Amino acid sequence: MADQKVAAYICQGCGLGDRLDTAALAGVAKKEGKAALVKEHEFLCNADGVKMIRDDIANEGVTHVMIGACSRRAKTEAFGFTDVAVARANLREGVIWTQPDNDESRETTQEMAEDYIRMGCAEAKKMMLPMGNPAAATERRLLVVGGGVSGMTAALEASRAGYQVVLVEKSGQLGGWAGKLHKRTPAKSPFQSPQDTPVAEMAAAIEADANIKVYLNAITSKIQGAPGRFEAEISVESGVTVTEKAGAIVQATGFSLYDANNLPELGYGKSANVVDQAGLETLATAAKGSPIKRPSDGGEVRKVVFVQCAGQRDDSGKHLAYCSGSCCSTSVKQAMYFKDANPDIDTVVIYTDLRMPGNGEDFYRSGQDKGVIFTKGKVSSVEAAGNQCKVNFHDLILNDQTAIANADLVVLATGQVPNSGVDIDSKLKAEIAAAAGDNSLLEAYNASQAEGSVKPVSMLNLNYRQGPDVPQLKYGFTDSHFICFPYETRRTGIYSAGPVRRPMDMAQAMEDATGATMKAIQAIENAGLGRAAHPRSGDLSYPIFRKEGCTQCKRCTVECPFGAIDEDEQRFPVFNESRCRRCGTCMGACPVRVISFENYSVDTVGSQLKAVDVPDEFSEKPRVLILACENDAYPALDMAAMNRNVYSAFVRVIPVRCLGSVNTIWINDALSNGYDGVMMLGCKHGDDYQCHFVKGSELAGIRMSKIGDTLKQMGLEEERVATFEVAITDIERVPQLINDYMAKIQEIGMSPMKGF
Amino acid sequence: MSENYSNSFLREVEERVEEGHWVKMCMQCGVCAGSCPFGPHWAHPPQEIFMMIRAGKREEVLTSDSMWMCTSCYNCVVRCPRKLPITHIMHGLANYAHRLGIAPKGQPTEHFATLFWNNLAETGRVNELKLSLGIYFRDGFSQGIKNAMAMQSVGLGMLKAKRLNPFELFAPHGVKDKSGFHAMLKKAREIEDRRKPIA
Amino acid sequence: MAKKTYSFYPGCSSQTKASSFNYLTSTKSMCNLLDIELKEVPDWNCCGASIGYAEGGELPRITLSARNIALSEQANPGMDMVATCAACWLSTRESKERMDHNTQMRNDANEALKEAGLVYQGTQNVRHMAEVLVEDLGFDELKKGVKNPLRDLKIAGYVGCQTNRPFGLAGESFENPVYLDNIIEAMGGEAVPYDQKVTCCGGALAFSEPEKSQKQIKDIIESAYDHGAEMIVTPCPLCQANVEIYQGEINKRYGTKFNIPVAYYSQLITVAYGGSAQDAGLDSQLIRATKLEEIAKK
Repeated sequence: MADQKVAAYICQGCGLGDRLDTAALAGVAKKEGKAALVKEHEFLCNADGVKMIRDDIANEGVTHVMIGACSRRAKTEAFGFTDVAVARANLREGVIWTQPDNDESRETTQEMAEDYIRMGCAEAKKMMLPMGNPAAATERRLLVVGGGVSGMTAALEASRAGYQVVLVEKSGQLGGWAGKLHKRTPAKSPFQSPQDTPVAEMAAAIEADANIKVYLNAITSKIQGAPGRFEAEISVESGVTVTEKAGAIVQATGFSLYDANNLPELGYGKSANVVDQAGLETLATAAKGSPIKRPSDGGEVRKVVFVQCAGQRDDSGKHLAYCSGSCCSTSVKQAMYFKDANPDIDTVVIYTDLRMPGNGEDFYRSGQDKGVIFTKGKVSSVEAAGNQCKVNFHDLILNDQTAIANADLVVLATGQVPNSGVDIDSKLKAEIAAAAGDNSLLEAYNASQAEGSVKPVSMLNLNYRQGPDVPQLKYGFTDSHFICFPYETRRTGIYSAGPVRRPMDMAQAMEDATGATMKAIQAIENAGLGRAAHPRSGDLSYPIFRKEGCTQCKRCTVECPFGAIDEDEQRFPVFNESRCRRCGTCMGACPVRVISFENYSVDTVGSQLKAVDVPDEFSEKPRVLILACENDAYPALDMAAMNRNVYSAFVRVIPVRCLGSVNTIWINDALSNGYDGVMMLGCKHGDDYQCHFVKGSELAGIRMSKIGDTLKQMGLEEERVATFEVAITDIERVPQLINDYMAKIQEIGMSPMKGF
Repeated sequence: MSENYSNSFLREVEERVEEGHWVKMCMQCGVCAGSCPFGPHWAHPPQEIFMMIRAGKREEVLTSDSMWMCTSCYNCVVRCPRKLPITHIMHGLANYAHRLGIAPKGQPTEHFATLFWNNLAETGRVNELKLSLGIYFRDGFSQGIKNAMAMQSVGLGMLKAKRLNPFELFAPHGVKDKSGFHAMLKKAREIEDRRKPIA
Repeated sequence: MAKKTYSFYPGCSSQTKASSFNYLTSTKSMCNLLDIELKEVPDWNCCGASIGYAEGGELPRITLSARNIALSEQANPGMDMVATCAACWLSTRESKERMDHNTQMRNDANEALKEAGLVYQGTQNVRHMAEVLVEDLGFDELKKGVKNPLRDLKIAGYVGCQTNRPFGLAGESFENPVYLDNIIEAMGGEAVPYDQKVTCCGGALAFSEPEKSQKQIKDIIESAYDHGAEMIVTPCPLCQANVEIYQGEINKRYGTKFNIPVAYYSQLITVAYGGSAQDAGLDSQLIRATKLEEIAKK
């Protein structure tokens, strides 16, 4: 680029001036880094230092700034120049804080710093200033799918924040599961008694809200587009279909109760007096405040037994494996329906572990206080005998095989099954399991595809190449980053809230919906500005695709964890920029390297690793390249530095957006340039993944597993490329990993590829 | 069978046992069981006793030896996450079984506790000598002599250390207002019997 | 005029020639030295102790304490009521709390008290002597008057149960209370850390369940020895008696050779403040506290 002018600034503060020969660093930037302008400063991040840089940008025509100071994670405000491309050489955390301050280390420490200056200059030269997504769209309405308590909360919260809402509910009225309840578990202090549900109040508020447009008896029959420009076809039962635009979507499709017909051993279907929790709510609502009667004959109820974990927490594989987290408090509430009306009615809750989230512990105490009997036990069977039932169970406290023979009502707490629609990855998951020797999933999948079988109904009907619903994690709940980004599904701009995301109670669902709505609003605003959504929130870069080199291999479209890339008729990728999270997984996947970002590309990283000075085989100075995930591994390295945890002076670290963005060409280049090894530090993957981009680290693992052949062709040992899972908390462990790996490299010896 | 896992025995305990209304509040965590110094010696830890009450096992609970093992160390009380006054509930259950006359036969703590109370109730203050002799002679005269002989060195030591007074037997310590004291206790017993009647 | 005055409830075991007579002797000496005046509650009765429950039941037991407090309120108005016996303190304070929090209980107790011409008003705090030392004087104040520091004396502070649970001293941990260690250190002694500081000695069950209780006592003494203690110090008459008296029995039962003196904190303070062995009641030890006696001779 003709008008490119790189300026390099070297800071002497924070001890850099004492530990390093900054004049020599300036020389490197000038001579090798080819920076047009090189300046040292005693305290670069102070007002004077920043002004110096600003002045150079204004007066000297500087377009690219290389800052040799602290980590790119530090002083982001001082060095956050938005009008030039900025590269950072990490001399503080990356060099002087991780190297011993003594005479023996002086030479290697300086070499490290000089390399980082070379790398910084090389990176800067290859960077461009990101200009923002040109396809930015500014539809600001929120589409909410599902009119239960979660969906209603989302609609009301969005409206209160000043956003218009389209609310789609498949049934004839708002309220969902909550609408079927006689009362709810208490949400207010002192958390002692059941209280009225908020459904009527919320529905009235929605009706009175001009910002909220409600479609009842309706589904979203087709959704296409991207954040800021979704288009939803809404089909109403009457046959009318309308199209509504939306900037983001909240999926609040709720749960269904696990089918108690699967539990004949617990008497369901054999006696009218055995009901599930929904059944009891129906009885309570029907009683209209008078005593609840025995269903079989309308007789008086004297004893009620609640069976917790019915078809839940099951390790036989027949029923739900998980705990639904809300049924214990529901049973306490339902026992109070009886106790509050008549304390002489015996109510027994048979539980294995009573789990009362939130303020439920107070509610549990209140239940005990009202005389509800809680007994830790496991119910083996329920036998119907006339108008009563015999509940056989093992009392786990008294270790007693016992029975309650005279139950008038038995309530089964069966748990929540998410209404998450079609499992779009089921075939893939089944194939992976089959490859690992487990055919059960594949058989189940094939059976589900057979003629005449009931196919799952899609919730969203997304018109995405990846499938009609958002991807699911375990047990069919929608996939989201459980710790860091709980509401973000793997479809940007679509947020799941409530029990479709994980089992939860009403209070949690309302909180969940509020959070998801906030994230949805954030996505709308970011999309309007052409910026990325989480986790690179605010990033203006976006994937640039050079069509002429593309081989239509589809790897980018398949591997994108977020379904951001479609294909056109010729199978060329079509990028939906505002669906993109900017992780670079497509860039890592591309075998012909035609995908890049303005400020992050195969070149920005490739040129850095090539800029490093690799000493010859006899120097006893090996070089190891570390590609570190910027979300966890790189901050862990910075924090290790803050603790002054020393690691080898022979490593050179390059932060990457995600291990998913690592293109194998970088590994090739590093090894053929004489590096002795490459360490890749990324996040945990699997069901309990930590990867901020969900699939990035997993994909990197798969790609690297195939690199063995390449290494063999090059005549190199397999150990020369190694992948490690690192968490942000691994402050002690990361330096240890590095040192252990260096020891391994010492053991296998220097690379024979040096000096070619 | 029809009365099991019902509120009937629980109600009885609530009405007639000291601090019995706390029994329903136990959440079965078992911390009390792990905190009791006499843990190896009872058949049922407090937690289990509470569950047995809720399961309606009246006979088993009231004839049990377990609550008689309470040393009043209060370890369970301070550790109980539900703040149950477990020590007092154990005392209350023991007292109730004692009043019903169904405590285990020859329960030594029941014997000693009765001796202790009667001893203090007589004069208003404890007569340690009489109390010790009462323990030694609980199983009859000859066993009493043997027990006393066995503890002779201790007794003599205490005597020499001026911590045991042989004249206690004849001129015991006590309150001056004996009649007022006795009338007070009589009245208290009367009210107690009214508040916590025996089945 | 003494610096501080309290209404004093000595309890049955602290009477003349009763089992913790030495506690009374040393308490009186200690209070003299600390310029504390004790006004004995007139005509006090037994507190019922922890073992009174089986025959006594709830209200009669509480009434016993109500009578003592009523007498204290009548004779020594405006003072805190102070007990030295752990069980006396616990029973009295517990009864006070029950009556203060439960109107029916209070009315019932007063109905019974009326027979003795008394009334419970609940105007006095019920405190243990250790609270007086720690809260009203404080460790720095205690340290100031030391004339005869207990140098080189390694002591296991055995807190036991009833000054520690369920009430305890304010701010103390139930699992590791430190007030007794602090008193030992303030007197110039060395408080050895050991792991049976709050273990139960069996209490009253030492009489009815001797084997079971002696196992407890053995563990306590063993741990004190293992951690280098030369003597044990306690705030509770029953702890003192159980741990001291049964050493011979335990030696027979377990083949041990225990012979460790067990004293009261009041005896330590008396000696450290320059009192004689006799002032400290050390002549009433079954196992003579020789080292402490030697310090007292100086």
